[in-house]
Amino acid sequence: MSAAIEFRNVGFWTAQRRRRLLDGISFAVEEGTTTVVLGRSGSGKTTLLRTVNRVVQATSGDVLLHGKNVRDADLIRLRRGIGYVIQETGLFPHMTAERDVGLVLEAEGTPQKERLLRSRELLNAVGLEARVFGSRYPHQLSGGQKQRVGLARALAAEPRVLLMDEPFGALDPLTRAEMQDMLRDLLARLRKTVLLVTHDLDEALFLGDRIVLLSEGKLVAHLLPQEFMHSRQPEIEAYIRAFHRGELSVAEVKRA
Amino acid sequence: MNGFLVSGDEIAQLTLEHLWLTGAAMLAATVIAVPVGVALTRRPGWAKPVIGAANILQTIPSLAMFGFLLPVPWLGERAARVAIIALTAYALLPILRNTYAGIRGIDPTLIEVARALGLTNTQRFFKVELPLAASFILAGLRTATVTCVGIATIAAAVGAGGLGELIFRGVASVDNRLVLAGAIPAALLALVCDGALGLVERWVRVPGPGRAA
Repeated sequence: MSAAIEFRNVGFWTAQRRRRLLDGISFAVEEGTTTVVLGRSGSGKTTLLRTVNRVVQATSGDVLLHGKNVRDADLIRLRRGIGYVIQETGLFPHMTAERDVGLVLEAEGTPQKERLLRSRELLNAVGLEARVFGSRYPHQLSGGQKQRVGLARALAAEPRVLLMDEPFGALDPLTRAEMQDMLRDLLARLRKTVLLVTHDLDEALFLGDRIVLLSEGKLVAHLLPQEFMHSRQPEIEAYIRAFHRGELSVAEVKRA
Repeated sequence: MNGFLVSGDEIAQLTLEHLWLTGAAMLAATVIAVPVGVALTRRPGWAKPVIGAANILQTIPSLAMFGFLLPVPWLGERAARVAIIALTAYALLPILRNTYAGIRGIDPTLIEVARALGLTNTQRFFKVELPLAASFILAGLRTATVTCVGIATIAAAVGAGGLGELIFRGVASVDNRLVLAGAIPAALLALVCDGALGLVERWVRVPGPGRAA
């Protein structure tokens, strides 16, 4: 296996060097695997993700995509070759689902007929019946449906790599679970390389082949899920404990 | 015209003139203000001085503006030229301001997504920014048009024609019927323009409950 995404000592300072958001991050994501980046808000997760498609330009170190430095890549080609999914706000309010899904193809000048065919195929693949949902605008879709459209859009140009920034963060727990199932099936079939940012530990365990924990811009851990859960590192233990407080409460409620 | 009334033909003629003055000015103002407004969104530092300048133009009393422009060579040779330039100046601000605000008001997430999907700057503008700001820009155009239809009546003072002719004639001969013969069609014209642009505005409006910006 080879690295699809590789971070080499990646650092990022905000403008005028006011704040350091990333500090010496190094790890690799193997081709066809999913790495989940965990961390609290402000830990640099999203910034790290964005250095890959250069929405953010790393101020030091290198990001390699399939062995090539993203710095040297043509920006437009680079971005079109990477699927990008963010929280539900990312759909264009003036576009129907099928136009939005096919937008990258539209930008590349793919004929409309072909584009629509592909859009509909993708909508069906993410569990939205294209006949029903293709002509809907975002405000006519539920949160989960929007997220499916966003995922379909990210897959449109057949990217080998997907970047997902808290894709299910805005969803209720049931819809979230459905989406996670759907994504896991889809990824198992498509063999994409995925870098997914979340602060949901369950999501990380469910989807991740590897788990990365960031804290204040530094890499704390890069482990297999089972290693992560058994780790004695204080930051990891704290994260797990904080996340599982709910279970303690559940136990208490049941006991009462 | 028989001393106190005007023929329908004359009103129609003057209405057409009025429409021509306003229409030409709106076209000129749009051609100037929309690209400038877009350019300002790329260089927000310039927005304040440029919009400020348009604002100052707006504060010049219209009669004075027509007066200022009359002695300008070439311009002053034809009253219609003076009128069109002056009306253009008045129309700039609303269009400029709304173009700028409309594009700046778009949810930054959407702009980021457009970039991250690999749209070129031109594609981002035409496929995302312009459609999302269109109803805003049109609202500016609408305000500008209604204002200009009104101000255009004053163009008659420098001999540029239009429905103001009747109003000035009526004022000079203390005949309110003449004033009304100019004022009513001018008001109707403003309403019709407003309504027509309102329809276009609705047509380009982003679907959904409220504007997602």
